[in-house]
Amino acid sequence: MRGREMDVAIFTSKRSLVSGSIILIILVLLATLPFYSAGYTVVFLTSIFMYIVITVSWTMFSGPTGYISLAPAAFFGVGVYTSALIGFMLPLPAVIGIGGLASFCLALLVGALTLRLRGIYFVMFTFGLVELLLHFVLWWEVNITGTTGRVVPTVDNTTVYYLMLIIFAILMLTAYFIRHSKFGLALQSIGEYEEAAAHTGVNVTGLKIVTFAISAFFIGTAGAIMATRWTYIDPRIAFNPLLSFMPVLMAIFGGMGQLYGPIIGAAIFTYLEEFLITRFPYYYMLIFGIIMVVAILYLPNGLVGLIQKLRKGVLRRHANT
Amino acid sequence: MMVKILDIVIGGLLMGGIYALIAVGLSLQFGVARVLNIAHGEFIMLGAFVTWWLYTKVGINPLVSLAICGPIVFIIGFILYRTLFTRLRISSASPAAFEGNSMLACFGLLFIIQNVAILIWGAGMKGYSYLAIPVNFGGAIFAANRLITLGFAIVIGLIFYLFLARTRLGKAIRAAAQDPATAGLMGVNINQVLALCFGFGALMAGLGGTLTSMSYKIQPTMGLEYTVIALIVIVLGGLGSIPGSYIGGLLLGLVGSIVTYTEPGLSLVAYYVIFMFLLLVKPTGILGK
Repeated sequence: MRGREMDVAIFTSKRSLVSGSIILIILVLLATLPFYSAGYTVVFLTSIFMYIVITVSWTMFSGPTGYISLAPAAFFGVGVYTSALIGFMLPLPAVIGIGGLASFCLALLVGALTLRLRGIYFVMFTFGLVELLLHFVLWWEVNITGTTGRVVPTVDNTTVYYLMLIIFAILMLTAYFIRHSKFGLALQSIGEYEEAAAHTGVNVTGLKIVTFAISAFFIGTAGAIMATRWTYIDPRIAFNPLLSFMPVLMAIFGGMGQLYGPIIGAAIFTYLEEFLITRFPYYYMLIFGIIMVVAILYLPNGLVGLIQKLRKGVLRRHANT
Repeated sequence: MMVKILDIVIGGLLMGGIYALIAVGLSLQFGVARVLNIAHGEFIMLGAFVTWWLYTKVGINPLVSLAICGPIVFIIGFILYRTLFTRLRISSASPAAFEGNSMLACFGLLFIIQNVAILIWGAGMKGYSYLAIPVNFGGAIFAANRLITLGFAIVIGLIFYLFLARTRLGKAIRAAAQDPATAGLMGVNINQVLALCFGFGALMAGLGGTLTSMSYKIQPTMGLEYTVIALIVIVLGGLGSIPGSYIGGLLLGLVGSIVTYTEPGLSLVAYYVIFMFLLLVKPTGILGK
């Protein structure tokens, strides 16, 4: 028995060593990428990382707890507007940090108000939040400041790329530690049976609020960074409701069972978006809708679930012969 | 002063009639069939565009279109539930999982229906003029088509209320709303009844769309706004209650009318504030238990 545990321990440590070095190699490759690739690749990869950051952040909260949040666009927009409001006053890292913090605070407030609600009401509330902020900022700009839209200080593409990569790395570390800690286990228990979790001593509401806010922080930083690439923003760009649906779609398509599922989903979808927009600009949202319906119907556990199922099938066949 | 008040109140009620009608549809889909149909507004848009198309191309009276659009969207809704949502309901682990999955599938439907409409009719604003005769109410002036809209919205709601209260099928629907599993044991063909409910929900949306097109400009992306309004109304009036939907709809119409009068840009903001406040304070609505 003991020996077997040892074997498992050695096996897993070997495996984590291998996967750790693979991750390191990928990170080094990504970090040196701007030195040997064309400008377009860097811009394109920045978009991919933006979606990955939003999707992984979304999954961090909504994956284990099962509370579907449609607020990402709100947090993203807050980040974008932070960048526009203080971008000319402060150095970029400070702007990004403040953008994240602003989203963090908004999420604390929203979470404290709503996370007692039943699942479906939470969905409606978060969706309403995006539209509320959008229309409020729009009204504010038309009636109070008298100008719609703002100019954001621009930053060169390579810097934007590196900033997004850094946020991505920090996010992945955070997501990994949350997943493999007591904290993550408690979150999982909320998703499975909230009352039981509360009875076993988990501070259900507190935990949900904090995780929701952490996930909002990263979405806010992504918004603050992306704003610098757009140079001009207005409420409809900043609080685009599509940015609330995309992470949901990407996470479901990739599969939420594993940490890398949302990454795969986001990467494939961003590529698909780029491809469809250039080739079939009129059909692209239509094709998106069809993929969404098909993914929900036939891929309940996403691509990752499908791969695992296929792998299990192969193993079983090997065992039989 | 008096005229202004009349203007605001009647204007609000006229708007509220349509709100109520589409909210009854959503209430049926969400309260009984358990599908939070985010694509509800797309059925309104379909109804509106088919009506516009029939009127400008073939010359069919919009009121006659009620009898054409209704069945079309009903069949679309019924088939969607029998194929897509029944499958999802069976494969989902729990009712809560089905609520989540079906809502996400509706997002997919939203994109599909909206973009098919853009491909067919283009993305621009459309409109036609029908019965735009001014009617005078003690100084406040309204177009006749808006009054007809309110009249039909109330009549349709009343007919549906009687249908639920008096017929055998209505009883089956009410049973399914309370407890689908037990209703199934009592011999109710539950898949059929839920699909009918979803179809009726789409029907209400389609009729609402036809009525909307008579007095407002329409465009393929108009759906989401109506969906959100319908959501607010059912949260306001209480889920699954037809009188509640009517009270909620007329109330929201009034609020919208008052806010639009004082600060036009803020009407949507006011809707969302009411909506979020209600969700926090009393998510079961005014008439909810």
